[in-house]
Amino acid sequence: MKKWFFLCAPLGRVRWMRRDAAAAWLFLMPSAGGFAVFYLIPFVMGVMVSFMSGVSGGRFVGFANYQELLASHSFRKAASNTFYFSMVSVPLILALSLGLALLLNRNIYLRNWLRTSFVLPLVVPVASVIIIWQMIFDWNGILNYTLSRFGIERVDWMKTDAARHVVLVVYIWKNVGYNVILFLAGLQQIPKDYYETAQIEGAGRFRQFFGITLVYLTTTTFFVVVMSIINSFKVFRETYLLAGDYPHDSIYILQHYMNNMFVSLDIQKLTAAATLMVCGIMAIVLGLFGLERRYRQFME
Amino acid sequence: MRVIQMIQKGLLTSLMGMIGLLMLFPIIITFTNSLMTGQELKINYGVIGKLTEATSSGADTFVNVKWVPDKVTLEQYGNLLVHSPAYLLMFWNSVGLVVPIIVGQTAVAALAAYAFAKLKFRGRDPLFLVYLLTMLMPFQVTLVPNYIMADKLGLLHSAGAVILPGVFAAFGVFMLRQFMLHIPYAYIEAAKIDGAGHLRIFLTIILPMVKSGLAALIILLFVDYWNMVEQPLIFLDNPFKQPLSVFLARLSGEWEMVFAESMLYMSPMVLLFLYSETYFIEGVQLSGIKG
Repeated sequence: MKKWFFLCAPLGRVRWMRRDAAAAWLFLMPSAGGFAVFYLIPFVMGVMVSFMSGVSGGRFVGFANYQELLASHSFRKAASNTFYFSMVSVPLILALSLGLALLLNRNIYLRNWLRTSFVLPLVVPVASVIIIWQMIFDWNGILNYTLSRFGIERVDWMKTDAARHVVLVVYIWKNVGYNVILFLAGLQQIPKDYYETAQIEGAGRFRQFFGITLVYLTTTTFFVVVMSIINSFKVFRETYLLAGDYPHDSIYILQHYMNNMFVSLDIQKLTAAATLMVCGIMAIVLGLFGLERRYRQFME
Repeated sequence: MRVIQMIQKGLLTSLMGMIGLLMLFPIIITFTNSLMTGQELKINYGVIGKLTEATSSGADTFVNVKWVPDKVTLEQYGNLLVHSPAYLLMFWNSVGLVVPIIVGQTAVAALAAYAFAKLKFRGRDPLFLVYLLTMLMPFQVTLVPNYIMADKLGLLHSAGAVILPGVFAAFGVFMLRQFMLHIPYAYIEAAKIDGAGHLRIFLTIILPMVKSGLAALIILLFVDYWNMVEQPLIFLDNPFKQPLSVFLARLSGEWEMVFAESMLYMSPMVLLFLYSETYFIEGVQLSGIKG
């Protein structure tokens, strides 16, 4: 191989590039092959099934499956719950994690220990703390105990609309550390002398925060928003382990719906729902990155 | 002036400390309560799950959460090892699923990441975008595709149905590419002039330079797959083949050793994290900054 390379090296850059491409596909082969077999091809098959009347030997039915899906009450409930949860949880976790990152970035004792304590929930497996969430949110749990101390009526956290708040708390507990790490990295990239210059020119704390910190965190923030949305879909795992296949209506999200369609073997509805979800996520992600690019151009 | 600053710093630290303690609450409680006797747990937590009957009997039906056990004992751990052979089996099931995924994905992804980061070929960027997008999808989207494929390949109800999609998942490619992008082309050019092929370059130059990336990837994959619930739940119908994550969720109500079980399940993750926190954080930050 070495010898052969020696022979063709003097033939110039074009040959080099072509060799590059051949080598690239060799390096890529294991990954691309497996990726195609386990993700790409079956996904295309899934999209095709969503337009058919049956998994094998079905005929083309156009958007009939989608119409049926959109008319289904439980799908609409699941979709609106998913949307609602993301709309509430993402801004909230964004504000909280930015606040924590800003405080951590200031002059403070025990900084590394504190950071560790914020990030640790990220690595704790969901199943191992389910028992703690039950202890807190049970009818006889810690939270109701605390409330009753202040003379407030008990709340049935898991079986009323309040379940939304439970999921929100669990989501924030788990994911706030991840965003704090990202924001800390963003904050450390802002050159210190910007603040010094601003101070000399007499800009107050608020001016500095809005004029320097927020502006230079924009790219990070976009990424944090994307990841928070993605992670908000992952809260399913907690909900599932806490409340099972059919939780209270207020926390029944798209993944529950899809799991249940899978169990009842309604592959048409499931593939249609999956296709819609992919389109939705792609629209959000590409939209946000497009927005970010335009913002960056505007800044320059 | 300096005193005021120190007081400010102290106040801020204690505020943050309180938030940090709140974050650690579930972990600390699990640890301390894993040292209680089963009896003590029953007395303190027996009321959980008893919904409406308790209300009529009065206000004194709340749980009694204790930070410190009355009597420190390893009884729960002892019971676990002696009376619950299923637990150890599931522990090994978890290991048996996670280790092949980590080894496989790291190897496959390192090769692909080199192609994406350092080689030019037609269709590179669109292909990478496709990889990226699948990474962002929730499991339920790839559930049907994976299921169809596992069925076709005859993998259903075997560990392969969980392991193989894990090996070829896009995350490793994405992350190692991020690390490799930072390596200057000059190294590769120099090696080429010395007559090294791509495989030599990859093995002797690239891999040693992304050591920290490999470490970070292994940790993140470990965390992710040690925690997986959906895949084994769907692809493995034999309860004796399922990993701990699924097993533990079914346990609520058995107070004799539940905290010890949780503790043993989370401790590999927690210890690994504390041991390699810098890699972990570097990994998260690097896969974030230039996402």
